[in-house]
Amino acid sequence: MSDTPKLRIRDLKKSFGAKVVLNGIDLDIGAGESVVVIGGSGTGKSVLLKCIIGLMEPDSGTIEIDGENVVGLPRSEREAYMRKFGMLFQGGALFDSLPVWENVAFGLMASKQVDRADARKVAIDKLAQVGLSEDVAALSPSELSGGMQKRVSLARAIATDPEIIFFDEPTTGLDPIMADVINDLIVKCTRELGATGLSITHDMASARKIADRMAMLYQGKIIWAGPVSEIDSSGNDYVDQFIHGRAEGPIQMAVRRG
Amino acid sequence: MNPLAAIGRGFLTLLATTGRIGLFASAAIGHCVRPPFYPRLILRQFIEIGYYSLPVVGMTTLFSGMVLALQSYTGFARFSAEGAVATVVVLSMTRELAPVLAGLMVAGRVGAAMAAEIGTMRVTEQIDALTTLSTNPFKYLIAPRVIAATISLPILVLIGDIIGVFGGYVVGVYKLDFNAANYISSTIQYLERMDVISGLVKAAVFGFLIALMGCYHGYNSRGGAQGVGAATTNAVVTASIMILVANYVITEMFFAD
Ligand SMILES: Nc1ncnc2c1ncn2[C@@H]1O[C@H](COP(=O)(O)OP(=O)(O)O)[C@@H](O)[C@H]1O
Ligand SMILES: [Mg+2]
Repeated sequence: MSDTPKLRIRDLKKSFGAKVVLNGIDLDIGAGESVVVIGGSGTGKSVLLKCIIGLMEPDSGTIEIDGENVVGLPRSEREAYMRKFGMLFQGGALFDSLPVWENVAFGLMASKQVDRADARKVAIDKLAQVGLSEDVAALSPSELSGGMQKRVSLARAIATDPEIIFFDEPTTGLDPIMADVINDLIVKCTRELGATGLSITHDMASARKIADRMAMLYQGKIIWAGPVSEIDSSGNDYVDQFIHGRAEGPIQMAVRRG
Repeated sequence: MNPLAAIGRGFLTLLATTGRIGLFASAAIGHCVRPPFYPRLILRQFIEIGYYSLPVVGMTTLFSGMVLALQSYTGFARFSAEGAVATVVVLSMTRELAPVLAGLMVAGRVGAAMAAEIGTMRVTEQIDALTTLSTNPFKYLIAPRVIAATISLPILVLIGDIIGVFGGYVVGVYKLDFNAANYISSTIQYLERMDVISGLVKAAVFGFLIALMGCYHGYNSRGGAQGVGAATTNAVVTASIMILVANYVITEMFFAD
């Protein structure tokens, strides 16, 4: 592993109006590493991912990809970095106007690497990688169950062989068995691609399975980061409360967040 | 509450919204004229907006032409000007009624559908997904709709012109006992090219406005099903008002001298 991390985030800040969501995030992710950011609902996990991918512009701070800062780059140059990314969206975000295979092959066809016939072959390959047969290729996403949609979404995220894959709550809304299937697929697919992974979740079982390293987001900052093996002995009260899912502790659930 | 402050705030919001729509429109136009283009998607929208609107535009203009003939006949009989019926029908249809009625009907049908579809794609993160898959949502979603609507509306209106005039003819000849040949010749006699062209220009502008409002409200919708519902209503209301305002402005440009 080289010295420059694949992804280095420094003092990243993002507010919406008066509401501070990210308040100085520092995070490093090495090449080939899988980092999971844990945190409660509404703590800004999705906002963090969107800032890194380039769907949102942070207010300040730096995001370096392979040592190059991408914050403030013009749209066209930012898009070049997006090609290195794959993203599994929280709700799947499959295009319901297109059949499954066109969803999976969308990125390939959009970047003009391949024509439709070849793209279809790649799509069926990728579907096989996530355990789906050729039969589903022609179906519409709305005909699939939630777990199947997640798999298709995963196939779409890995279809362009991205260098970094982002997972936004990959197991939320799935039953525990399907969640575990998705976890296994995430581990397998990122490993096969040799890709770097950044996941966000509040599902601890999933986090333990996917992560090499974990980081906890609380009140706009990373309050703890370390290898998975140390998560149970972090000595951090906030982390302890979160991983054991206790209502009592330093983290207070606000009804309305300022 | 200070009423002046409320008025001032309302005015500032209006200015800000106008500015945002202006920026959105210029971005949309920019993407309509620069490659890559998506011919498949333009064609699909063309069918959706143009072809499937044919029945509703046909019915609307048919009955408008018919009622126009009936109304102008009974009205003009009071000063023995029944002979002007054919001319009144054709001028009203081409200059005014076909574009405005088609515009309003299509705004209700297509503008709402666009806002709902794009709004749903926004709240289910499909628009974000497009961006991460090296596809610009303005090129993929908005440009095809704007192009297709701007081209389809004039075609729809031209067809509506013909159907409306035909409606007037049917009432004129079969109910009001006009001589068929005379009716046709007085339809053509006073019709000028500018009458038809102004109507088609209006139609193109209305088509653009319908797609723009449908896309703008869909693209900026927030907050789940309720947000999408609001976007749909706003798209139809704003498009309808803009059509009526633009209709006056264009008429003024063509015919006031
Ligand atoms: N586009 C936006 N405009 C305004 N507020 C937003 C926007 N996106 C997210 N937020 C706010 O930021 C906070 C963090 O949201 P999010 O990152 O989605 O949380 P989560 O950790 O559950 O993924 C939420 O309180 C949300 O209301
Ligand atoms: Mg989230």
